[in-house]
Amino acid sequence: MVNPANNLEVAQSKQYQASQSTWDKIAESKEFQDLMATKRTFIVPAFIFFVVYYFALPVLVGYAPQFMSIKIGYVNLAYLFALSQFFVAWLIAGLYVTAANNFDCLAKDILDKAEDAKGGK
Amino acid sequence: MSNIPLIMFLVFIAITLGITYWASKRSAGSSAYFAASRQIKGWQNGIAVAGDYMSAASFLGIAGIIAFQGYDGFLFSVGWLVAYLTVLLVIAEPLRNAGKYTMADVLAYRLKPRPVRAMASLSTLTVSTFYMIAQMVGAGALVKLLLGGLVTYNKAVVGVGILMIVYVVFGGMLATTWVQIVKAILLMSGTFLLSILVMAHFHFSFSQFFGAISQVTYHDAKGAVVVKDFLQPGLRYKPPYGPLDLISLGLALIFGTAGLPHILVRFYTVPDAKTARHSVVWAMVLIGSFYIMTTFLGFGAATIVGPDFIKTHGGTNMSAPLLANALAGSIFFAFISAIAFATILAVVAGLTISATTSFSHDFWTNVIHNGVERKPGEEVTVARISAFVVGAVAITIAIVLGPTANVAFLVALAFAVAASANLPVIVLSIFWRRFNTVGAVSGLAVGLLASIGLILIGPSLMGIDPPTVTGAARHLIQAKPWFPLENPGILSIPLGFIGAIVGTLISHEPSSQDKFNELLVRSNTGLGAEKATAH
Repeated sequence: MVNPANNLEVAQSKQYQASQSTWDKIAESKEFQDLMATKRTFIVPAFIFFVVYYFALPVLVGYAPQFMSIKIGYVNLAYLFALSQFFVAWLIAGLYVTAANNFDCLAKDILDKAEDAKGGK
Repeated sequence: MSNIPLIMFLVFIAITLGITYWASKRSAGSSAYFAASRQIKGWQNGIAVAGDYMSAASFLGIAGIIAFQGYDGFLFSVGWLVAYLTVLLVIAEPLRNAGKYTMADVLAYRLKPRPVRAMASLSTLTVSTFYMIAQMVGAGALVKLLLGGLVTYNKAVVGVGILMIVYVVFGGMLATTWVQIVKAILLMSGTFLLSILVMAHFHFSFSQFFGAISQVTYHDAKGAVVVKDFLQPGLRYKPPYGPLDLISLGLALIFGTAGLPHILVRFYTVPDAKTARHSVVWAMVLIGSFYIMTTFLGFGAATIVGPDFIKTHGGTNMSAPLLANALAGSIFFAFISAIAFATILAVVAGLTISATTSFSHDFWTNVIHNGVERKPGEEVTVARISAFVVGAVAITIAIVLGPTANVAFLVALAFAVAASANLPVIVLSIFWRRFNTVGAVSGLAVGLLASIGLILIGPSLMGIDPPTVTGAARHLIQAKPWFPLENPGILSIPLGFIGAIVGTLISHEPSSQDKFNELLVRSNTGLGAEKATAH
């Protein structure tokens, strides 16, 4: 029981190996540059936005507690702003998943090309 | 409060031992043992991540903090969810694509494996051990309270320790994962039921609920009656240093979660990066819903049970169970207690497996034996032995510290180390071509030392107690704290980054720059990523 499992694992954990020049070539290819640019266009603004939005909460609550205590309906601004953090986080996660489907398509082209080059050698 | 909690505890133990027996037959080989053969589905891993993350500190601790300090406690809840955006946007997918079992795998790709792994393993073991000791001390005190004195603190600690060792030694990652899933589902349903009952108490009227929160009545330390609006900020984080501490806490949460070893290992249990991504989203849905519901748990305990009653019936950590008792009687109290127990067990099991994986894979196989298993299965055998050692050490330390020890700072410390040591080097190794081995080792070392050092000289360990405070509850060092903040993140995270950057700039390592393209391509496309294996 133990040995077959181990052998199987050894057989399957053989990774994709390539020379450095192959990696450099992929990294410099237009497809890969496109993928990185597409990722950056989403991830960098999304990251900055959520960090700023999140830290606005402790900063406002810590340094403007009077302002944050303004009553809105049954609750106050502090609670509403804290609650909004949850929905904003979910929204960003949802947008990221949509955007990432596109990353996957771009990455698949690169993968196929790399595997083909390997097989055709 | 009769034997019902005990019976429910035993039912949970029986279920988890059944899972462990089932998993033990499917845990042969490193990939099966450490990564559940990478066959966990996205939603399953998402629930397991949530399970790993929502510790007793979240369930019992957060309800208690809100019950006593109102709105400021809810700020923890917010940070704990938002932190997952760092995991989602920056860490999960590159880690899954380029690594095998641990975060050090990613670092070792382009850097010199032995020094980097040794240091990363030390940091992982530090985070896991601190976190585990905090959980164990809490577990001992809680199990004793929840079972109404049926077992002593020491017996409770030993029992929890033995169970966690059994899960990890026999069931590996597969058993740990399913224990997390069962626990997370229990925790979510218990929290949901409790929230509904709280709202039913207020006749499902938010106006009544928030009205009650705006005038919580209790006795202060001097015995005077106080009426406070618990939705008002500032009950916990008071000037002059409170606001800064709050920001520092936020930094540790936002950047530390993505460096917690027991969360990171979870992303190796799924087949590919896309599934890892989906599992983060699943985790965020559960974790977010849970922390929103802490509104009902915490404020419910403050308004329905009241701080005075909680203080004399077990203290802050008993807020949620006491709320259950007040709303639906002893059977529901037993159910909520059993969930708290399940939570503790599952989290310590998750911590144990991440510590043992790092020790056996990073330290034993790769640092001591240069990446070669001397005989098949050695890595797993070493992991099983180290699970015993880790468990024994945690049990011993928890017993030596005793039930009254102040251990809350250990969780803050774990997050600080994760944010200041682990996160900077993971990020720099993925994104900075110039980064090298000296930078990684110095970044990890500086981040680790800065976090520990600043906590040592901070208000958690330094302080002047009046003579009425005795024993383990006293501050370790009876002097005014040199560093004013409980959370060192605001200083230790920049120090970790500076350590990594300066270390890199003063040294030269062409090979790490040459291999940057390989890591860049692998981590962004998944080319050559570890595949799932058959059972």
